Amino acid sequence: MPSYLPIVILGAIALGFGVFVLAASHIIGRPRPDARKLSTYECGMPPVGTARERFPIKFYLVCMLFILFDVETAFFYPWALVMDTLGIYGLMAMGTFFLVLAVGFVYEWKVGAMDW
Amino acid sequence: MTPLAEELLVTFVKIVIVVGALLGGFSVMTWVERRSLAFMQYRLGPNRTGPFGILQPIADGIKLFFKEEVMPVAANKWTFLAAPVVAVATALLATAVIPYGPPFEAFGRTLQIQIADIEVGLLFIFAVTALGVYGVVLAGWAANNKYSLLGGLRSSAQMFSYELALGFSWVTLILAARSFRINDIVDTQAGGFWHWNVVVHFPAFIVYFLAATAEVARIPFDLPEGESEIVAGFHTEYASMRFALIQMAEYINMITVTVLLANLFFGGWHSGVPGMPESLGGFPLGFVWWGLKVAFFLFVFIWLRGTLPRFRYDQLMQFGWKVLIPVAAVWVMTFAVLWVVVGGGPR
Repeated sequence: MPSYLPIVILGAIALGFGVFVLAASHIIGRPRPDARKLSTYECGMPPVGTARERFPIKFYLVCMLFILFDVETAFFYPWALVMDTLGIYGLMAMGTFFLVLAVGFVYEWKVGAMDW
Repeated sequence: MTPLAEELLVTFVKIVIVVGALLGGFSVMTWVERRSLAFMQYRLGPNRTGPFGILQPIADGIKLFFKEEVMPVAANKWTFLAAPVVAVATALLATAVIPYGPPFEAFGRTLQIQIADIEVGLLFIFAVTALGVYGVVLAGWAANNKYSLLGGLRSSAQMFSYELALGFSWVTLILAARSFRINDIVDTQAGGFWHWNVVVHFPAFIVYFLAATAEVARIPFDLPEGESEIVAGFHTEYASMRFALIQMAEYINMITVTVLLANLFFGGWHSGVPGMPESLGGFPLGFVWWGLKVAFFLFVFIWLRGTLPRFRYDQLMQFGWKVLIPVAAVWVMTFAVLWVVVGGGPR
């Protein structure tokens, strides 16, 4: 049996479970909606505007940093797997990569990309 | 039966066992958590439904099924509905490659409660837990509520930041085990407890524990739900079983990281005592050690919640980027150098 088939089956069951629960709750629950109930919750005050607003660019910056460093973390995985056979050569190669990474990291730190 | 049909049957039974255990574990955990927290705060907690209140989760479930569903008119309907399903599906999917307890002999074959024993186990978990962010972001965005949006943004930024540290903390384990398979990593820890990765890779353990706590947004890192600032964060507008699904996803994630903690760092099903018999009267004792470890660390999460205050958001982000990631990265290189110096570990 292909080794990924069980994962596909589990994924299908998991999705089906979520949909089933939502549907069951929808059928069993008894909605009594009114305008107040269906308005956006803002701590009891009448809602002001929508949430489709601008938000701090900080979040975008964190995502960009994440993409950079996540790819670099992913580079460490295959290296760790075969580190044994690479020996001192692997260490030197990764050391160089790590140095470049560190320079970038320090730069980002110094320009304040990590200050919230 | 043909071999394929037999394999499919075994897989199906395993899925039923694992999903059932996770959902059961979720129910029991909600009760254990409320009771333990109550005792830590000199209260009684839920104690009326059944003996010691043990039936409380069932009562909660029935209540939530019968609850009125509320969806704000301003919300994006289908995204709002999809978010809890995405959350719970990714949470369940991440549990596929984790071994629950030792391999054992039954029905004339060697079995293990593990849905798929794939070569790239840890990599798969790394990928699927990253998908978990979608549920949170979609829920926060779709509700069209300012608190939800802020909660969703906060959650995603937090999960991104701590996922890096989480990923780094596994690198030295892979290096030492020469494998991504969780079973292989567990087996490198056989023998005495001084072989456990928590001893050998102590800095990685610290990083993993903190990053995992942040990843599943438990106190002291539960900023996404900072009640005092943003009501309930990304699930402010959720009610009835939609809310329950989100809650379920959070608890399943918590169980996942705890099982991983026991497997990767605390020897999994190995007792840690040399000369301990493998089984007692045909029952593999590994299940007992494994279960005790998992139960203890689940309790630790509750214990933390009863003990610690919450971080401030800027502290949280700075801690992740300026402390955890550098520590994790430097430890990886230090370990690699040591590894080459001592000429590799035992094979």
